[in-house]
Formats: sequence, structure tokens, C-alpha cells
Amino acid sequence: MSSTVVSTQQAEIEETMKRIQTHKGVHGFVVMSNDGSFVRSTIDNSTTMSLTGLIRTLSDKAKSCVRDLDPQNDLTFLRIRTKKQEILVAPDKDYLTIVLQANEQH
Amino acid sequence: MFAPMEGGSAGRRGGSTRSNESSKWDYVKTFYTDQAKWDFVKSVAFFGVAELNEEHTRILTARNPQAAENIIRYSYKDRIYKPIPHVDQLAVHYQMDSNLINKDSDDAKRQVTVDTATEGVEVGTASVGTDAETATKEGEDEDEDKPKKTAGAGGKGKKLTNQFNFSERASQTYNNPCRNRETFVEQTPRAVFTDNVSQWSIFDAYNEDFEQQQKLKEKESKKHTLKKDDDRKKKFVPSDQQAGDEFAKFVRSKTANISLKILERMINLNTFDDIAQDFKYWEDAADEYREQQGSLLPLWVFQYDMVKKLSCTNLAWNTQYPDLFAASFGSYDFLKQSRGMFLIYSLKNPSFPENMFPTDSGVMSLDFHPKHPNLLCCGFYDGSVAVYNIADENKRPKYQSTARSGKHTDPVWQVRWQKDDLDSNLNFYSVSSDGRVVCWTLVKSDLMYTDIVQLKLDKPTTETDEGVPLTTLGCGTCFDFNKQQDYLFIVGTEEGKIHKCSKSYNNQFLDTFDAHHMAVYAVRWNTYHPKIFASCSADWTVKIWDINYKDPLFVYDLGSAVGDVNWAPYSSTVFAACTADGKVFVFDLNVNKYEPLTEQIVVQKKRTKLTHITFNHQFPILLAGDDRGNITTLKLSPNLRKKPKVKKGQEVPEGPEAENAKLDKILALIRDPDAAKNKPTTQGATTTS
Repeated sequence: MSSTVVSTQQAEIEETMKRIQTHKGVHGFVVMSNDGSFVRSTIDNSTTMSLTGLIRTLSDKAKSCVRDLDPQNDLTFLRIRTKKQEILVAPDKDYLTIVLQANEQH
Repeated sequence: MFAPMEGGSAGRRGGSTRSNESSKWDYVKTFYTDQAKWDFVKSVAFFGVAELNEEHTRILTARNPQAAENIIRYSYKDRIYKPIPHVDQLAVHYQMDSNLINKDSDDAKRQVTVDTATEGVEVGTASVGTDAETATKEGEDEDEDKPKKTAGAGGKGKKLTNQFNFSERASQTYNNPCRNRETFVEQTPRAVFTDNVSQWSIFDAYNEDFEQQQKLKEKESKKHTLKKDDDRKKKFVPSDQQAGDEFAKFVRSKTANISLKILERMINLNTFDDIAQDFKYWEDAADEYREQQGSLLPLWVFQYDMVKKLSCTNLAWNTQYPDLFAASFGSYDFLKQSRGMFLIYSLKNPSFPENMFPTDSGVMSLDFHPKHPNLLCCGFYDGSVAVYNIADENKRPKYQSTARSGKHTDPVWQVRWQKDDLDSNLNFYSVSSDGRVVCWTLVKSDLMYTDIVQLKLDKPTTETDEGVPLTTLGCGTCFDFNKQQDYLFIVGTEEGKIHKCSKSYNNQFLDTFDAHHMAVYAVRWNTYHPKIFASCSADWTVKIWDINYKDPLFVYDLGSAVGDVNWAPYSSTVFAACTADGKVFVFDLNVNKYEPLTEQIVVQKKRTKLTHITFNHQFPILLAGDDRGNITTLKLSPNLRKKPKVKKGQEVPEGPEAENAKLDKILALIRDPDAAKNKPTTQGATTTS
């Protein structure tokens, strides 16, 4: 019973990931785990490495800042809007998910 | 001044006064040969005897003239520079280190004893020598000598090193040569451990500890294995250093699922940013210039591939989460019957449904439970009903009715949850074309049914006396329960009649309205007023009724078959209707009793029929479903949401009582046309806003 439960969840997650990757405007999608090994990436290796290292430190700093202000609070999401694109970061207990999306042109 | 003059002084005695004095001195001087005495005498003469006899006290002090008088030192206690109170006046005149000790001191006494011991020994040896010589002679003196001897022997107690009886022997052991030997051990595995401590990490640690304690307590009290252990074991599968397993671990982790969902929503928010902004903040400014007209701003359109060919058959908002809604899909076409589906959408993610539940036959209606927002009951085209738990991982219904357990023989057009019955079992009602209104109760794992009402048709006037009259049943298409009086409900039929029924009477109707010429598609009680309801039908009309009157209060002709009508949750006088030519109409009885405030086409392709419409409880939006599987969100413009203007100073009435009063006022105007004719000005005042 639990194995079927897990597999549907697995299927759901894979589908969500596929949808995210094919969403309009999304350039890149990276998932990495807390101990440094990365799970999935759709951009080239060198960029992934540098991106994850830098984003990891920034996300930790932001999380530390939020929790220092109020330990019961926690960081759900981090967004960095640059001239060329927008970096969306979703930190998690064990993983860190990063999406690069193009800015909307109005 | 007193220059001594030598000799020749006698010769000047008899001279001037000056020379008198000087000569006087010279004379006197001859008596003093000592220079010191002469100086004294001179000083006596200079100062005068009286002065000399003055007592000059001289004090002998122990003050050291060489010592400084004002030494300033920094006082750490007072933290200022302070003069020291007492300057050391000790002056050392002479110091020398030597080796002389005072006779009476301890050191000297010790030294004396050591010296006498050595002397005594020497004396002892000398006396031994003399003893041998005088042994025979002085035999008695031996006794005397003995104490000397003993003294000597006592002296001898200290071992003497002399050349006769002292020998020193020494030898050297063999020193082993030193050799170095080293060995390397296998290095103990090292790992660098670093961590940051901050307020929140301490907080987390405490929380974990607390939870562990709670779990221990629970285990002690309950003593049954938690089901979650299986899932946890799955997560702790030892990971190889391969990306494949890493990925597998990732997909199994539940928190990753949540963060992915959040990410997807944010991406969607970015893509549909302007729509989201409109949803929150857009208020049509043009409404100020349009007296009574309002408009509907289209926001998101929810589409899904698999339901493109199906019609939206029902829409229901979740009771707990105002952004979550369920849409059921099936087919209204009798000939084209296939599978169905219902989707759970969230406004936060317009591109993809949160959940999908495929079903075997088309879903005709669904309803969320008011208290349990995860329970959904639905009715199918094949006549069965089912209850789903949407939080459940698998997509099977929790309960399903079968042919044996009383399922309908015709499509179930509407289902509605009711309050828990006396045994606190959940129950819901369903109405179907087979003419039955059935109450289903969830008892443990079964679905039990009870027929509540059978929609019997009136007997035809021409009746033959012979034969047994068959009671034919009408086809129910919709129903609604009164919000204030739970047992009262109205049922609409395909013949165009509306029946007023009660849960307690199952044989006959309380009342019947000849409402429409064609099938009634929807009946709805007013949200606030307990006696008013609206009905819409395929005969192009929407009618507003009062339960006590046979005639409708208002009739609106909308030009095409009306699929659905629904009252607004925020006002007792606003309602919306959607038609088969793709238009949405919004009426406000308070503003204009005869014309809609808005009449707007909202579908994208022509010949799309709108099938259902519903208001959201919290946000000013409408959901409209059509027969191509799309659901359009529309935002109501400010004119449509107006509250009646009050004069300044009056309180703005809020709440259901005010809403009822508002409606009553309008109804009174309708029913009393004479009064309306006599007071045209007041009527004008109430209808303008």
C-alpha cells in the first residue's frame, strides 16, 4: 500500500517538474540537495555549480535572517529579479530548488 | 667693609669719625688672635647682643632632605592622579653585604654547634690515644674516661671519611645503545565538523526534543505502531553515490513536493502577473460614468486537455479555502456518453489543476461538505453517487452506490450535503430524472439510502374508470434546501414544475408551482431572505418567486436557454445568470428591477454554451463553466457590488437583517402598485445609487 502511495507521489512530482520545465519563459531548472550533490539540472554543468554554490549561501543567509527575527517564522520563498531574468528559489528542509524565468515584458 | 688695617693704626686715632670707627675696630682686633672668635665678635657687633640672644629654635626632624616632597602616583582605585600620602624618608648612607653574622642570632648558634661537634671529635681521638698509655695506671679513671669516650663515640656517630676506613666504589652499567623505531598507524578517520549557532537553531533543537518527548508519551499511552514508519523507512534507504538514487530519494520526499508546488505557483504568478494584479486591485474606473451598468473583467481561463470535449456540469467552491474550487465534467448529450472527470483547481495555479479524479461515467454534479472540506459527494450520469476524499492519495471514491444499494436509474442531476443526522452520520441528498429524491447516509463503510420524495405527476384529467391508474414519476432536475429552515426544499422538474417539499412528508408536496414551459435547470433560494427563490429554465426565462405566492414576482427573458442562476453571497438583491449563447447577465433588484446591470459575452469561441455560474464567497469574482471544458473567471466591476447609498449621518445597515429589509422594501413596492404610482419620487430615490 505504501509503495503504491509513494509511486503516485513520485509520478506527481515528476509531472510537476516536467510542467515547470516546459512552462512559458522558464530557462533553467535546478534541484540540489543540502549536502551539495545535485539532483537535476537543465543547464550546463559549470553554470549549475556556480549558481548552486552562490544561491545556497544567499538562501541560508536569508533564512537565518528571517529566523533570527522570529524563530517561529521560516523562509518559504526567495525571488531575485535581475535585468535579464528572474531567479526563483524555494528552500526546503533537505533540498533547494531553483528556477530561472525570463522577465515579463509589458 | 671692615677692612682690617694693620699696623699704623695708632697713628690715626685722633682722625675723622670714619677713621675713628675703623681705628676702634683695629684696636679691638688686636685682642683677638683667633679668626673664628674675631668673626663671632664681628657678628655680635653686626647683629647686636639682643638679637643674638634671641632664641632660634631649631627642630631636629627625621626628614630626609633628599627625598622628594610631592610624588604623584596614579591611583587605580580612584582612577585619578593623586599625591601619595607619605613619602619614604629613609636615607641609606652606607650598605655593604658581608659574611658576618650576629652572635646571638639563630644562624650563629647553629654554626657554633656544628663547630663544637667537630672539635669534640678531635678531642675524642686524642683522648683514646692517651687512654691506651695510662690504662693500667688509671683504672679507675676509665669510668671518667668513659663519658668522654661516649662523648667521643657520640661524636663518631657521624661517619668520617678518612683514608683508612673509607673506600668508594663505583661502576658504570652498560648503557644500551639507543635505537629509534617508528611505526605508522592507520590514521583515524577525520571529519571536520562546523556549525553555526544562532537563536533559531537552538529553538529548533528544543522543538525536536519536545516532539520526541511527546512521541514517547504517546507511545506509552497508546502502544500502537505509527503507520508513518513505513514511509520513513522508505526514505532512509541507504543511498549509493549515484544520481539515480539521489533523484529517487528526492521524489519520495514529501517536503520537496510542497516546495515544488510553491515554485510552480510562483512561476505561474509571474507569467500571469497582470491578471493577478487585476484580480486584486483593478476597479473599473469607467463605472463612474456608467450610471447603472457594470462590467465583467475576464481574468483566468482554466483549461485542461483531457476535458476539452466535455462540458462543465457543475462548479463548487471549497468551504474552507476560498481559492479552491471543484469542477465536474461530463456530457449533456444523451448519445455521446463517455467517461467523466472532476478537477480540483486553485486560483493560485491557473495553468494546471491541483487534483484530477477520472471517473467511469460523466459527473453531473458535486458538492463540498461544509464542515469537512476534503469530502466531496458527486452524482453520475449512470445514476450512481459517490463520496470522495480529495486528500486521499488514490483516486478511488470512499463510498459508491451500486445497483443493489439503491442507485438511481437515471442521471443524478444534483447532490447536496446536509447537516449531520441525529447519530452524527454524514448524509447528503440527490435528485435524479427517475423522479426520486434520495437521502444517502454514510454509516461506517456503507452508503445507505432512503427515499425521501417521489415526484409524482398529477393525474391527467381524463381518466378511465377501469384499470389501475399508474403513478408516473416526473423527472427531477434540480433542488435546493432552504437556508433557514432545513427541512424545506424545492425541486424543479423537467416538466417545468417546481414542487415545494418537506423532508418529513414523503407522500405529497406541500405546494406546486407551474413555473416554466420547459425543463427547470436551476432553483435557488435567496441567500438571506427565507421566502424568495429564483428559477431558470430552458424556456429562456429567469423567474423570481415568493414561496407563498403562486405567481412569480419578476420574470426576465434572456433570449436563450438559461443554464444556471445563482444569488450573490454579499447581497440579497444581486443574482447572475448564464445562457446558452455565451452571455452572462447580472441583475440587482435594488438598482434596476427590470433590466440587467450587465449583459456580456464571455466565451471565446462562438456557439459555446455556458452551463454553470457561481459566485465566490470572499472575492468579487464569478466562475462560468461552458460546454468546451473551459472555466472562465470574471471579476465584478464596482457598480455590480454596490451597497445602497445612505444619507450622511445614518448608519450603514449591515448583515442579513438589512438585506432582508432591503428585499422586503422592493417586494412591497411590487405588490402594492398603487402606492408605487402615488410615490414616484421616492421610488426614484431608492432606485438610483
